Amino acid sequence: MTVSAQTGETGEAVHDVRLRVNGVVHDLRVPARRLLSDALRHDLGLTGTHVGCEHGVCGACTVLVDGRSARACLMFAVAAVEVDITTVEGLTRPDGSLGPVQQAFSECHGLQCGFCTPGFLTTITAGLEENPDPTHEEARDMIGGNLCRCTGYQNIVAAVECAAVLRRGGSRGPGPGGPHASITEAGGPS
Amino acid sequence: MTIKLMGQGVQRVEDQRLLRGQGAYTDDIDVGPGLLHAAVVRSPHAHARIVDIDLDAVLDVEGVHAVLTYDDLTGPMAEPLPLLIPHPALTHGRTQYALAKDEVNYVGEAVAFVVATDRYVAEDAVGKVKVTYDVLPAVVGIEAARAAEHLVHDDVPGNLGARLEQQTGGDAPAVVAAAPHRLSLDLDIERSACMPLEGRGTVARWEPALDRLQLWTSTQSSTGVRAAVAVKLGLDLGQVDVITPDVGGGFGVKINHPWPEELLVPYAARALGRPVKFVEDRREHFISSAHERGQVQHVEVGFDDDGRLLGLDVELWHDHGAYTPYGLIVPIITSTQLLGPYKPGAYRVVFHSLYTNTVIVTPYRGAGRPQGCYAMERTMDAIAQHLGKDRAEVRRVNLIQPDEFPYEHGLVFQDGRPLTYDSGDYPAMLDKIKALVDWDTFGERQRQAAAEGRRIGLGLACYVEGTGVGPYEGAHVHVETTGKVKVATGLTSQGQGHQTVFAQLVADELGCRFSDVEVVTGDTRRMPYAVGTFASRAAVMSGSAVHLAARRAKEKALRIAADALEASEDDLQIVDGVVSVKGAPEVSLDLGTISVLSNPLRYAFDEASKRATQFQVGDPGKPPVAEDDEPGLEGRDFYSPERATFASGMHAVIVETDPETAEIRILQYAVVHDCGTLINPMIVEGQIHGGVAQGVGGALYERMAYDSSGQLLNASFMDFLMPYVSEVPDGIDVDHLETPSPLNPLGIKGAGEAGVIPSAAVFAAAIEDAEGLREDGLAITAMPISPSELFELRLAHQNP
Repeated sequence: MTVSAQTGETGEAVHDVRLRVNGVVHDLRVPARRLLSDALRHDLGLTGTHVGCEHGVCGACTVLVDGRSARACLMFAVAAVEVDITTVEGLTRPDGSLGPVQQAFSECHGLQCGFCTPGFLTTITAGLEENPDPTHEEARDMIGGNLCRCTGYQNIVAAVECAAVLRRGGSRGPGPGGPHASITEAGGPS
Repeated sequence: MTIKLMGQGVQRVEDQRLLRGQGAYTDDIDVGPGLLHAAVVRSPHAHARIVDIDLDAVLDVEGVHAVLTYDDLTGPMAEPLPLLIPHPALTHGRTQYALAKDEVNYVGEAVAFVVATDRYVAEDAVGKVKVTYDVLPAVVGIEAARAAEHLVHDDVPGNLGARLEQQTGGDAPAVVAAAPHRLSLDLDIERSACMPLEGRGTVARWEPALDRLQLWTSTQSSTGVRAAVAVKLGLDLGQVDVITPDVGGGFGVKINHPWPEELLVPYAARALGRPVKFVEDRREHFISSAHERGQVQHVEVGFDDDGRLLGLDVELWHDHGAYTPYGLIVPIITSTQLLGPYKPGAYRVVFHSLYTNTVIVTPYRGAGRPQGCYAMERTMDAIAQHLGKDRAEVRRVNLIQPDEFPYEHGLVFQDGRPLTYDSGDYPAMLDKIKALVDWDTFGERQRQAAAEGRRIGLGLACYVEGTGVGPYEGAHVHVETTGKVKVATGLTSQGQGHQTVFAQLVADELGCRFSDVEVVTGDTRRMPYAVGTFASRAAVMSGSAVHLAARRAKEKALRIAADALEASEDDLQIVDGVVSVKGAPEVSLDLGTISVLSNPLRYAFDEASKRATQFQVGDPGKPPVAEDDEPGLEGRDFYSPERATFASGMHAVIVETDPETAEIRILQYAVVHDCGTLINPMIVEGQIHGGVAQGVGGALYERMAYDSSGQLLNASFMDFLMPYVSEVPDGIDVDHLETPSPLNPLGIKGAGEAGVIPSAAVFAAAIEDAEGLREDGLAITAMPISPSELFELRLAHQNP
């Protein structure tokens, strides 16, 4: 819910907004033009969501809105009420361990500088929810809207495929990690 | 038994933070309450005189705390920015002011600096600053710069910043003229840019009570920024801390420093007594950071019947943009690294470094090498075509042989030292790359494809890359009383996995557990002596320094343990953080305890520290700390090589071009790479993958589209076509060769830039091969190439 007609520090009209982020309710007061990405980062201190272009092309700021991926730089905070928002911080398991997509990125060396990574993690989380068992081509398509300047995408695609296995309760094969380590389905031949 | 971590694909420790959203990039740093935000008024004109700056409308904007223009700057801040790398040939070097004084020379140049409550208000205020310009003719592109009908700087005749000539092996023009075969080539390569996903950003906090400045900045050189800020703000070095937090990619652009904003942010923070932050947006990154590539090349080559080079005479025109803060590094690298793995015979190279009214040009991953590789490899293809010989065989007859190292070219490299290759095995590498793409049977494959109406082509390109240039890097290794090992090195990280690979090296050398090692980079509080992360130098330079520092810590640990255990140092081993007598593992001390013993104490604070107090240890007849010793279990060392190491590689690509649409599709991309001894093959392959993707962008998609008035028409991710996954090959075949460098203790060479160097060359060759455009000279002489340009090329060949 938003309540208008307040005036902030700079004389600008501000709105009271209630955001539900990673299951936690936050009440904040923002101008109408405040981007959701800025509200998450600077008002709520959830700096895991990154801003790479602010025109909706790079995908670094991708968050989940009611489980579907959305660009936080193309949404206003005042428009993000009455939805459930999930950021990268919300992908970690309750016990603090990495979620399956995060774990897959670690095992496959799916990140280098890490700046675009939160946007990939949220995008793939939503993608695997919709298609839990993607083919190789579908794994590539799943990340087709996000830019990464470091990895050349090879290991991100591998991470999508690995995450699909981890979500089903599978585990990585023996030996050192890395993109070429084998993946074993749970209960499958080892 | 401890397994050596050198050469293992150890998973990265930094990922645990970054994957949880707990990375701390510059814009994430919490500097406490009162933070103000900056935005910059930038020139909308490529070349203009500033007539007036009217601030009346902006000073009344609620939330605006300060507006700075050139007239507000005093002392060293009012002087031009530093010319970082002076060179005798740079006779007309020019740098900009932190805020433009009288004249602007590119669209995007900083004119005024606004500080406000938040970035939104700061941007509102930027829109209210009224600047009146007297617009001057813009010089855009190398052709206009050479013609010099207009000048970028009134006092730089011919727009010529520098001209540098080098030669080796005889009188190249004469040798070319006398050669049995001669060719000349005119080549062109366009501008591109690093485009890290995180742009530039700086946060500063002035601490009045401590009389010191803390600065966080997204840079590739903490110590460089620190020195520049100290000089410009009139501070002692000891008053300035520069901390480089997580950096969201660099690829070269963040080695240039100080940016105007890196000075204006601390300047404003000190003046206002409040922390100030500047984080650029994407358009600002396009128009006010730096670009690269951008050369016109002329090659004259003379060769024998086998395609062996007899003489090579090269002239380069390099567009360095509006100013020259980074000196001549890029064209010097082009003109020396152009030689690749080959013996050129007599070689002469001349470059002209030219001013244009466009964004400055400073190194972008590869740093001049992609241009040089392009010139040389196009030349090799032209020779093969002229003689009707196999392209790989023409290259083979020109290769430096394994028994010819160290190989001296007789030229001066970018570090001012002789261009001397340390090691390599180029013939073996050529065999490997041919095997990866079934080179010898490709002709048959191509004929079969043609029979199906398909056009496929194969390209090959080879390079040598000087990596790990000096002057030095240092490292500090500190074993704490807990047994945890804290490591600091001064250069920065922007995604290369330094926290992991340096920990691998420390664990191996010191004998501690990998999980006990914590590495800090780019923090001048922890290591004030450093250079920076560029030129594929981090593993070579800081890797060697970390190794040496760990060795010093180990030597001290063994000395103390030998004393405490009453054993000979030679009989001791360190495994998993425990020093023990070989063959008698029960006689042991862990590194934490040795750390306790290393520091004689008066006061105990826990059980462990009791062991080091004055009634417990030491010979009462001697000083507690010996005259030639220091307290603490630490090691500090520096690595400063005589000259650079030379990594090498060969790439091959198979492409298919659509007969109707001229779309270019990659069927296979193969890389053979030699960066000496591998520390972490997983990370090296990741670096290669990323480089190849950037190379694909540079060869097929990315260009800076300036119009004739100097407006950058594609300054957004919508219009500047960086590759998504759909543009990169599905799989990259990588094979390694390891010829260790004799120049450092670990045999390492650099790997960071390898993937991107041969791209323009290898794609030009493969597309040309697919198209069969070989009748008279090279068909493809300008890169990047788009489908529409390829289509035009087809039409031109059909209707010459």
